[in-house]
Amino acid sequence: ANFRSVDEDFFEELEETLIEADVGFETAMKISDQLRDEVKFQNAKKKADVSDVIVEKLVDLYEAEGENEDNQLHFATQGPTVFLFVGVNGVGKTTTIGKLAHRYQAAGKKVLMAAADTFRAGAIEQLVEWGKRVDVEVVRKPEKSDPAAVVFEAVKKAKEEDYDLLLVDTAGRLQNKVNLMNELEKIQRVITRELPDAPHEVLLALDATTGQNALTQAKQFGEVTKVSGIVLTKLDGTARGGIVLAIRNELHLPVKLVGLGEQMDDLRDFNPEEFVYGLFKDLIAQR
Amino acid sequence: MAFEGLTERLQNAISKLRRKGKVSEADVKEVMREIRLALLEADVNFKVVKDFVKTVRTRAVGAEVLESLTPAQQIVKIVNEELVKVMGQEASPLNKSPKIPTIIMMVGLQGAGKTTTAGKLALKLKEEQHARPLLIAADVYRPAAVDQLKILGQNIDVPVFEMGTDVNPVEIVRQGLALGKEKKNDYIIIDTAGRLQIDERLMNELAQIKELSQPNEILLTVDAMTGQNAVEVADGFNSQLDVTGVVLTKLDGDTRGGAALSIRAVTGKPIKFIGQGEKMTDLDVFYPDRMASRILGM
Ligand SMILES: Nc1nc2c(ncn2[C@@H]2O[C@H](COP(=O)(O)OP(=O)(O)OP(=O)(O)O)[C@@H](O)[C@H]2O)c(=O)[nH]1
Ligand SMILES: Nc1nc2c(ncn2[C@@H]2O[C@H](COP(=O)(O)OP(=O)(O)OP(=O)(O)O)[C@@H](O)[C@H]2O)c(=O)[nH]1
Ligand SMILES: [K+]
Ligand SMILES: [Mg+2]
Ligand SMILES: [Mg+2]
Repeated sequence: ANFRSVDEDFFEELEETLIEADVGFETAMKISDQLRDEVKFQNAKKKADVSDVIVEKLVDLYEAEGENEDNQLHFATQGPTVFLFVGVNGVGKTTTIGKLAHRYQAAGKKVLMAAADTFRAGAIEQLVEWGKRVDVEVVRKPEKSDPAAVVFEAVKKAKEEDYDLLLVDTAGRLQNKVNLMNELEKIQRVITRELPDAPHEVLLALDATTGQNALTQAKQFGEVTKVSGIVLTKLDGTARGGIVLAIRNELHLPVKLVGLGEQMDDLRDFNPEEFVYGLFKDLIAQR
Repeated sequence: MAFEGLTERLQNAISKLRRKGKVSEADVKEVMREIRLALLEADVNFKVVKDFVKTVRTRAVGAEVLESLTPAQQIVKIVNEELVKVMGQEASPLNKSPKIPTIIMMVGLQGAGKTTTAGKLALKLKEEQHARPLLIAADVYRPAAVDQLKILGQNIDVPVFEMGTDVNPVEIVRQGLALGKEKKNDYIIIDTAGRLQIDERLMNELAQIKELSQPNEILLTVDAMTGQNAVEVADGFNSQLDVTGVVLTKLDGDTRGGAALSIRAVTGKPIKFIGQGEKMTDLDVFYPDRMASRILGM
């Protein structure tokens, strides 16, 4: 696409760019209608002016939908903080935990991880391996143990031994599997029973390559646990992760973290401007 | 989000037309718009949708279905037929080497389901053909990828060749192949690390493994929940490796799975298997007609 002049073709291309980024048809229409008005209003005619208006407006749109939310991570005022990670299979939960453990360990916090994915082959070993990499302890039980029991033990340890942060890994599960979703609810319940203000964050990991199903994921996981934010992973690939715009519009869930690779440093706080820029980077690069 | 099936959508669109009497060019456009929307909601790539809708439109206009008594059903039938056509009409079996071993290489993005599928495939071959497969653990990057494959191998009682994580994957494959040939394994399945199709270094590693092992199958493993990007990913892997087939995983979820159409349309390569769960027995043959119904929400 090439924003030569601002006419109907231009908005068609814009819609396609948005659809291609997975924002979904409805959100694409909504945004392009709003941009149409805005571009008219600002009397922008040249391609260069327009891309500025677009980025500005999209960031506004993104932020307007979440006016009363913050994309900060929340910590306990006293005692250990607990972050619970949830999401479908293979999206990057365990890796994100490893990265976060590294971040807070390096910042001088006392960090603990709980290997509550006792189901998937090699899941415990994977977290233990991360623990070695970033020098953080892992609470584990044998494969196929009750994940809630692992979590119970980890919370107890975090309280008794004055840990600052406990990161709880859970098995990937598809949102339409009732039993597995109930198990997740139970895990959350155990955490809250042991620490009434916890979990302080329930982070839903979403793979940036995911299409419209991500909306259903956000809804269903949000119904079962108190999802407080999204980790958008694998943004180092060619997918734009536009579905989070639709999720923001419909569910008002903010993105808090972004995964940009497989290494321990490949994690960033979410920056809406950068994200929006990424949605249009090819178009903007042509200026 | 409960997606409306295409049949209902078209019925609604057409009943609006009906009330107006004569069918105009604009009306046809409206019907095509509904088809376009349904496919986009199912995550079919928008370029693929464009071409697809054009084909359907030509057929629909030619057959004058809008004038008929059951236009919605007729259009759905055309859409369905065209979908099945694009996705390959029939199930496509695994390529087999005329003499053992048949070599299969799993490739794809991170977390798509390669390792799990490698295990499932080994079990399937074992059960259906009394085969004696060997798995090669050539992912030295992902933490505990080797352990994962070893545990799966143990669970299904299939040997796993591994050399830890300090050896170059190409070398691991070389030695694994030698062992497999010595032990007369009839299938050798190579599990590789997940990677981005734009990662030159790692894509080059796959090219070397391909060169060395001369696989009968290079199976691109794709998450069925993939959105518009499926086209870029599939094209990236296919243009660099000339894959022989596709496995679509995680279809036990509630995704429509439009990526199936996109991938087939851009690569022309058959989808051979679908993953329908995390258990080792959850691997099934791909049937284009069932996939078409799923994409259309029927
Ligand atoms: N390129 C890239 N790969 C990532 C990123 N985050 C995770 N991965 C990779 O994605 C794959 C899956 O990551 P995991 O952390 O195991 O995902 P998970 O959600 O814990 O998976 P399950 O526990 O099996 O459900 C691994 O190969 C990771 O290295 C990212 O931000 N970018
Ligand atoms: N529900 C479901 N989960 C699946 C299916 N196939 C794989 N998975 C899960 O998806 C996750 C990722 O699977 P892996 O086999 O580790 O994927 P991979 O492609 O080898 O991942 P990397 O090696 O990190 O690139 C795991 O949690 C698997 O259990 C499937 O068909 N259905
Ligand atoms: K994925
Ligand atoms: Mg995990
Ligand atoms: Mg793997």
